[in-house]
Amino acid sequence: MTIVFYLIAAITVAGALAAMLLKNTVHCALALTVAFAGLAIQFLELDAQFAGFAQILVYIGAVAILIVFAILLTRGSETPKDGVFSKSWLAGLVIAALVFAVLGWAVLNSTSVLPGETAKPAVSVLQIGNALIGRYVLPLEIVAVLLTSALIGAVIVARQEKGSAK
Amino acid sequence: MGPLTLVQVTPLQGYLLLAAVLFAIGLAGALTRRNAILVLIGIELMLNAANLNLIAFWRYGPHPEALTGMMFAIFSIAVAAAEAAVGLGLVIHIYRFTHTTDLDQINRMKG
Amino acid sequence: MIKNADQIFVLLQHWVMSFFPTALQPIVGVLLAVVSIICVFPALFAIAVLMERKGLGRMQNRYGPNRVGPLGILQPVADGLKSLTKEDIVPTSADAVVHFLAPVFLVVVVFMGYAVLPMGRNMTLVNLDAGLLFFFAMGASTELSVFMAGWSSRNKYSLLGAMRAVAQMISYEVPLLLSSLVVVMMSGSMNLGRIVAVQNQYSWGLPHWYIFTPWGFAAFLLYATATTAESNRSPFDLPEGESELVAGYFTEYSGFKFALFFLGEYVGMLSVSGLGTTLFLGGWSAPFSFLTWVPSWIWFFGKVMLSICVFIWLRGTLPRLRQDQLMNFAWKFVVPLSLINLFVAGLWRFMGDGFARWGVCSAILLIAYVGMAKVGMQKKHFGPRSYRYAE
Repeated sequence: MTIVFYLIAAITVAGALAAMLLKNTVHCALALTVAFAGLAIQFLELDAQFAGFAQILVYIGAVAILIVFAILLTRGSETPKDGVFSKSWLAGLVIAALVFAVLGWAVLNSTSVLPGETAKPAVSVLQIGNALIGRYVLPLEIVAVLLTSALIGAVIVARQEKGSAK
Repeated sequence: MGPLTLVQVTPLQGYLLLAAVLFAIGLAGALTRRNAILVLIGIELMLNAANLNLIAFWRYGPHPEALTGMMFAIFSIAVAAAEAAVGLGLVIHIYRFTHTTDLDQINRMKG
Repeated sequence: MIKNADQIFVLLQHWVMSFFPTALQPIVGVLLAVVSIICVFPALFAIAVLMERKGLGRMQNRYGPNRVGPLGILQPVADGLKSLTKEDIVPTSADAVVHFLAPVFLVVVVFMGYAVLPMGRNMTLVNLDAGLLFFFAMGASTELSVFMAGWSSRNKYSLLGAMRAVAQMISYEVPLLLSSLVVVMMSGSMNLGRIVAVQNQYSWGLPHWYIFTPWGFAAFLLYATATTAESNRSPFDLPEGESELVAGYFTEYSGFKFALFFLGEYVGMLSVSGLGTTLFLGGWSAPFSFLTWVPSWIWFFGKVMLSICVFIWLRGTLPRLRQDQLMNFAWKFVVPLSLINLFVAGLWRFMGDGFARWGVCSAILLIAYVGMAKVGMQKKHFGPRSYRYAE
């Protein structure tokens, strides 16, 4: 467990906490971007270069911008007068703590199956390309259809209907 | 070395714990915030935590040359982007009718 | 001697590294390369700014700056001193943290793109296997800093400029990626060093650069269009149009932060020119086989400065596109052409070597270009004027 892992993990968790706790919605979205960047660096630490760069390109380059556009279009930058947390916040926190407790127990108590350190896999983009067209061609095509339908669906859902009040 | 020397943690367990922390934070945020967009942010954090889990198991598990974990994570990134787009489109559409994104107030099915 | 001139920077790096103990040598090598990138490209930025002002001036039938130093050569120095000593004004209602971080983020992300460019033989900082993907990931992150700048200023004009800029940059990401995808398809790798190596071959004295093939030429033109829009340069510079939006998303920035945005824009322009020369113009390879004795880095930087001259020429010549014309152009003309180009490149590979494929591919591309221009770019027809009253 190198020092780099702890540093990047601290940044990621700090970004995630800030994303969920800050009052200003745009600040939350920017903190989320920090969390995404931290995760991308974790992917690079795990020798998954393609996934790391795809994470930066898709999440920081597209999803974060989508979120800030939506915040601006729905006047999210004004703080509501009733506070930012809903009335049933305690129940949500307890559930999340329970989930974390169960996951943490499961992780720490099942050490026997997998080895500690394994050799570094050498993955080239050529292998990924071959895998996408060879073994994973069906998921690839399904994801293509899914993305097309999501694109068309998002445009239809978000467009202004003719004659409706602005 | 490090804060977890009380328990012997392998690198894989370290990554899984980090993913569990991120998942719990995302879940807490999705369940407690009022603004619908912040709920979507929490969902994105949960999806990212799951991706980290997948890549960690791919790296430290048997047969990393089969690329299964990495492929799963890449497809998950694509699907999460599509879901974020549609979800935010829905939030914008609802905002046009109710003029609010406060989830405590959008609690009636009748428009 | 020729080989030494070609590899002079690599040899210099190894010589400095030899003074340090073995354990520190990789770090010192990387640090040297990073420091030289950080020094060279802002110097090129100064030269580019001077070239732009004098070039634009000549195109507009006037002299450019000619007072500071002989022929105005010291103008960038004067500009730099001015922006360093100006007062840094931050509006009281602006979001101070985000306002400060926006130019910093832009400059950091733009400089990261240089890590994968092959600037000469054996002169890539990091030879990544997915180098092109890394470059585009860094390019996509610049949009976020534009938004941060516009939103944190709490200024309607800034926000409007930022929204326009982000919408424009997102629309032109798609043709950028698609036109670069053709090169990846034909060279078989995302590694930029490998793409240059494939283009570094000569037949009858002429090089195998991708721009000399029909699909490569079309892809280069689409890439040039997309990068002009990505860098918010004329004719796509409505977001920073001086006559419409004051200064767009960096209205509220003064002094050094404005200089950082300016630096970020031009360094970004240099970076995408570098990528364009790597993908289409053969990177560091010489144009003719009898010119290979000239050092490779001279060819690379020469081609990059030539691309900058073309950018400046475009700025001085073409009128500005309106926002809806710009988006129309992106989605209805450039994206379909990029997709047809992908198909044509596949056809090129499928038809094998010979002269037939040149004719077929060129014909398909020309018909597609003329067809899309007639069909996709129809003008809006304005009917008789109708009045809407507030009732």
